[in-house]
Amino acid sequence: MRFTKDHEWVEVDDNIATVGITAYAAEQLGDVVFVETPDVGKAVKAGDGFAVVESVKAASDVYAPVSGEVVEANGALGDAPDTVNAEPEAAGWFAKVRLSNPAEVEALMDRPAYEAYLQTL
Amino acid sequence: MTAPIEHPLKTTPLYAAHIAAGARMVPFAGYEMPVQYLDGVMKEHLWTREHAGLFDVSHMGQARLRGVAPLAAFEEVVPGDFINLKPGKQKYSVLLNRSGGIIDDLMAGRPDDDGLFVVVNGACKDNDFKIINDELAGQVKIDRLENRALLALQGPEAAAVFQAHAPQASSMVFMDVRPIHAFGQDLIVSRSGYTGEDGYEISIPAEAAVEVWNALLADARVKPIGLGARDSLRLEAGLPLYGHDLDETVSPVEGDLTFAINKNRREQRDFPGAARIVGELAAGPARVRVALKVLAGAPAREGAEIADLNGAVIGVVTSGGYSPCLKCGIALGFVTPVHAAVGGHLKVIVRGKAQAAEVVKTPFVPHRYVRKLPT
Repeated sequence: MRFTKDHEWVEVDDNIATVGITAYAAEQLGDVVFVETPDVGKAVKAGDGFAVVESVKAASDVYAPVSGEVVEANGALGDAPDTVNAEPEAAGWFAKVRLSNPAEVEALMDRPAYEAYLQTL
Repeated sequence: MTAPIEHPLKTTPLYAAHIAAGARMVPFAGYEMPVQYLDGVMKEHLWTREHAGLFDVSHMGQARLRGVAPLAAFEEVVPGDFINLKPGKQKYSVLLNRSGGIIDDLMAGRPDDDGLFVVVNGACKDNDFKIINDELAGQVKIDRLENRALLALQGPEAAAVFQAHAPQASSMVFMDVRPIHAFGQDLIVSRSGYTGEDGYEISIPAEAAVEVWNALLADARVKPIGLGARDSLRLEAGLPLYGHDLDETVSPVEGDLTFAINKNRREQRDFPGAARIVGELAAGPARVRVALKVLAGAPAREGAEIADLNGAVIGVVTSGGYSPCLKCGIALGFVTPVHAAVGGHLKVIVRGKAQAAEVVKTPFVPHRYVRKLPT
């Protein structure tokens, strides 16, 4: 699993990246009450807003950590947005992206680097 | 380049208590205030609806208006009937500018014979007191009570919790205000709040704030509640938030606050902006505040456009969010009056998507004020 400074995670399997937000981000947001996932087929560019996660208090953008085409969105979050709090780095994934530039993943932090980064916040 | 002038944030007497309780602090109204504690907004909200929530609202402006005839003088800046305000009662009102726009909303009451006790919004307090001072110069003297903290204890169990410390408060009903000696302190207590629940607002000498805060929190029915849940609770209660739902352009008629314009004052037309306000009462305002329930999709938040079913923009959301009790988006906003009828269907535009919404009555969640004592 790789991580961004904006607290998204990416896990790549056979050129498909599963994307979500980290446990740290979920904890910071508080109880997630609504998730807007990207439409399947949408082309996304690393750094663009591609999903929105809402708590009671506020709506927050989730940025695409990698570029590519959205091939699947986690429909289960529609009825159970709180899955993002319960299992942020597993069942609470947002979308799957077919990578157009796999090298982008290599530029992201690994877990020790991300955890070191969290210590600086 | 000159650096912008940084105004350091103020703190309330409970700052250290908030930090110790695990609060996440944010800048609010010039103060560093707790937006949430460890439980988070959702749990804090629901706890207040089921038990009792304790809020530090010491950032709000407390003052005494003293003078020869403070009630009559105060009527020069508000549209409410204060001359006939009975001792021991308080009233919600709005400070008006000369165009009939709302400078702030406030509570003013008569806990005793010592003039009027006024509580205004924290972000507005310096301006409010300056305006009152300027407008009523020579008639009233404003004594700001900057050495007092303010707590709110709210929820279905709030009354029992507070009355255990202050049995005298059990004879109070909604909007009563009184001096009460409890916790070894001289308090000014009102049975009121900003959540829609029963409860008390408690003005305390600043040096005793921590002691009273801790004494109330020692009761297992009480948890500290941050400004995040305060906002979601007031929204469910359908209560407007100054600076969002109300501002200097909004009249009390537009703001759906006509109850605060008393009949005798309407006839006398002797408050700021009376021509506009009386005109709006007769002919209807150009826009009016409504409550919207979002029927599907994301919560509509401040700034979201409101459209009719043809897609024409007819208004804007001024505060909105997710209702923990109703489990859907709820919002307050302004629309043209033709679209304000309860039961009407409209759209709210969230991130480009038109979502179904319905105009509903306020409160979204029923108020539970104690207006009569149980017999």
